[in-house]
Amino acid sequence: MPIDILMPALSPTMEEGTLSKWLKKEGDKVTSGDVIAEIETDKATMEVEAVDEGVIGKLLIAAGTENVKVNTKIAVLLQDGESADAIGSPAPAKEAPKAEAQAAPEEKPAAAQASVPAQPKAEAAADPDIPAGTEMVMTTVREALRDAMAEEMRRDEDVFVMGEEVAEYQGAYKITQGLLQEFGPRRVVDTPITEHGFAGVGVGAAMAGLKPIVEFMTFNFAMQAIDQIINSAAKTLYMSGGQMGAPIVFRGPNGAAARVGAQHSQDYATWYSQIPGLKVVMPYTAADAKGLLKAAIRDPNPVVFLENEILYGHQFEVPKLDDFVLPIGKARIHKKGNDVTIVSFGIGMTYAVKAVAELEKEGIDVELIDLRTLRPMDLPTVIESVKKTGRLVTVEEGYPQNSVGTEIATRVMQQAFDYLDAPILTIAGKDVPMPYAANLEKLALPNVGEVVQAVKTVCYK
Amino acid sequence: MAPTKTASVSGRKPAAKSAIKSASKSSAKEFTGKNTPDFGKDQDLHAYREMLLIRRFEEKAGQLYGMGFIGGFCHLYIGQEAVVVGMQMAQQEGDQVITAYRDHGHMLATGMSARGVMAELTGRKGGYSRGKGGSMHMFSKEKHFYGGHGIVGAQVSLGTGLAFANRYRGNDSVSVAYFGDGAANQGQVYESFNMAALWKLPIVYIVENNRYAMGTSTARATAQSNYSLRGSGFGIPGIQVDGMDVRAVKAAGDEALEHCRSGQGPIILEMLTYRYRGHSMSDPAKYRSKDEVQKMRSEHDPIEQVRLRLLEKGWATEDELKAIDKDIRDVVSDSADFAQADPEPDPSELYTDILL
Repeated sequence: MPIDILMPALSPTMEEGTLSKWLKKEGDKVTSGDVIAEIETDKATMEVEAVDEGVIGKLLIAAGTENVKVNTKIAVLLQDGESADAIGSPAPAKEAPKAEAQAAPEEKPAAAQASVPAQPKAEAAADPDIPAGTEMVMTTVREALRDAMAEEMRRDEDVFVMGEEVAEYQGAYKITQGLLQEFGPRRVVDTPITEHGFAGVGVGAAMAGLKPIVEFMTFNFAMQAIDQIINSAAKTLYMSGGQMGAPIVFRGPNGAAARVGAQHSQDYATWYSQIPGLKVVMPYTAADAKGLLKAAIRDPNPVVFLENEILYGHQFEVPKLDDFVLPIGKARIHKKGNDVTIVSFGIGMTYAVKAVAELEKEGIDVELIDLRTLRPMDLPTVIESVKKTGRLVTVEEGYPQNSVGTEIATRVMQQAFDYLDAPILTIAGKDVPMPYAANLEKLALPNVGEVVQAVKTVCYK
Repeated sequence: MAPTKTASVSGRKPAAKSAIKSASKSSAKEFTGKNTPDFGKDQDLHAYREMLLIRRFEEKAGQLYGMGFIGGFCHLYIGQEAVVVGMQMAQQEGDQVITAYRDHGHMLATGMSARGVMAELTGRKGGYSRGKGGSMHMFSKEKHFYGGHGIVGAQVSLGTGLAFANRYRGNDSVSVAYFGDGAANQGQVYESFNMAALWKLPIVYIVENNRYAMGTSTARATAQSNYSLRGSGFGIPGIQVDGMDVRAVKAAGDEALEHCRSGQGPIILEMLTYRYRGHSMSDPAKYRSKDEVQKMRSEHDPIEQVRLRLLEKGWATEDELKAIDKDIRDVVSDSADFAQADPEPDPSELYTDILL
């Protein structure tokens, strides 16, 4: 059977082109790889190579013809012993019908209108019950994080921690204190200062089935590694059709510390929480830090675990249980209330907690929700609260544009508009790089007064 | 040291040359390439078949791209077949392979099915990634193939992580991480070299030097175009190999893998190779002369070398080679038919495989 040579698509966007020149004429013998024609596309002049062997039986499109649609028959190749008589009359140059059998699937109008399947909703489990009489131990966030890692490393030989100064130095912020002594250098690995590289090494080890905890000295430095976090860790499960994932935790202090200037003071909450394929946790209390880090280490997905240097020294009660694990994706109602809802997370909670106490004195009963996890976000808990209070204020330290608060505001507006009695207000850091001067830094961060004022505003007080 | 002059086509060294001593001297024996071991009949026939499969598969992929069945980017491996086939012949079960986006040849060499790869190229449900990865993103746990990565250089850090896992587990496996002469200028490659040498990780870094990073020749992009030297600052030995000769690749691969398996840490193999086609399907390749390409094809073609050897030695007749050719064309046609007939993924697949 003679072989049809079709006008090829030579770029992802090409629909038609100019057949500028034939380099073979009828009767010429061609073998695979011979250049037979030149075609001008929207981008460049390309050479068309023969794929099959044979003799050019007929050239159907004259050199110089413009607007030749992709998949138009442009020539016919004869195989051994075939004659040109076998070829039918040439198709008209411009609007040649596509050879049905070979035509590429076109965008079907039906497909274009097909409804997009609904995004499945993930149900987060409730927190485990803490048995009555459980001893509560005052613990710093720092100790809680260390305990979580140590417990998981005892439990699972595949868990290891790597990062700068995690071993010999005992952690730049002493989060890994004592781990080297207990687990040795095989499982507590000091890395060179090479964030991009060791983040990639961590992801590769995770793809091979290990469960790395990659500590960034701060998330500011993880910006060097963000390609590996997003392109390699978050997307591989999807790109592999579910075959290969990356069970890895990226953790470290995030956001502003104190007086460390613009490059060391950024909150990445909203950056990572935009990425499908990641889970993003940002705890406030020591109990949440412990229970959620343990959950993150066990999670088969990549988890970005955002800590805060200032919170490391804060003390909270942590239940003394053998295996205290909290569900990722579940918000915690920090204080019940009826008049207005505040949603916060991480260090933002420090402003919210103080504001709640002040507002209580003024007779405003706030419901305070600690999101704890930013992705997947527990919006149902927020909506439920707003349905009760009708008013919402969000609090975070990050930049104001496209913040976590603006995302919550959008979704509450879409899903609970009729319940709102006032516009949602979002309290965030100011829209400036973090200044160094003490007074300016204070101005750049949110403050309790702003939160109090925002709550009063939405309460029309 | 003066950078190696960019070899003219004819000036290519016919066999592996320029063994690089590692700083530690504990490296692989000096590799001179003088004794490129000849293949036996079975090895030559195997190499012929495997390389031909990649060649015919890629030609078919190019054809399907031209017909609009394959979309987006499509980077063909034609010309470089000896590299992956020779390395695969040197590897043992359990060794991991990772590469960038010119990956079809690597997948076929590891034994992944032509149907699964082609159906992924056409974005169908029977593809290795169920149509969600495309030409650049396929994986196979079973065949120890770890992708399929689209960010130039990222696979080098990931491959180093695979080697880290081997060392952590104390197993005997070696990670084989491929990257191009373009990726060799990425920073994370050197971050990885440093860690791999520091921790003596079992990894073979393979620089597939096909002379062009997209349209930029090595001479225009790099201060040191002898890539086998690129690990010298870390004490990583390197060997320059004639990547068009499957026997030289296999011999260098044997040596490199042995070096890694014996606990001596990483090694670099620079494969001097050539891609016949453009960088991707939409690249007209105007940055090099037709003569250069033609000369490479006619004088150094990796498949033709083996074909002539098989005929000269009387290990196969023209007819027998034609029969192999036909077998392979059948496998490739079957994969193309499957890839065109297989349905697209169900719309419900949109939201699967995001989280476990």
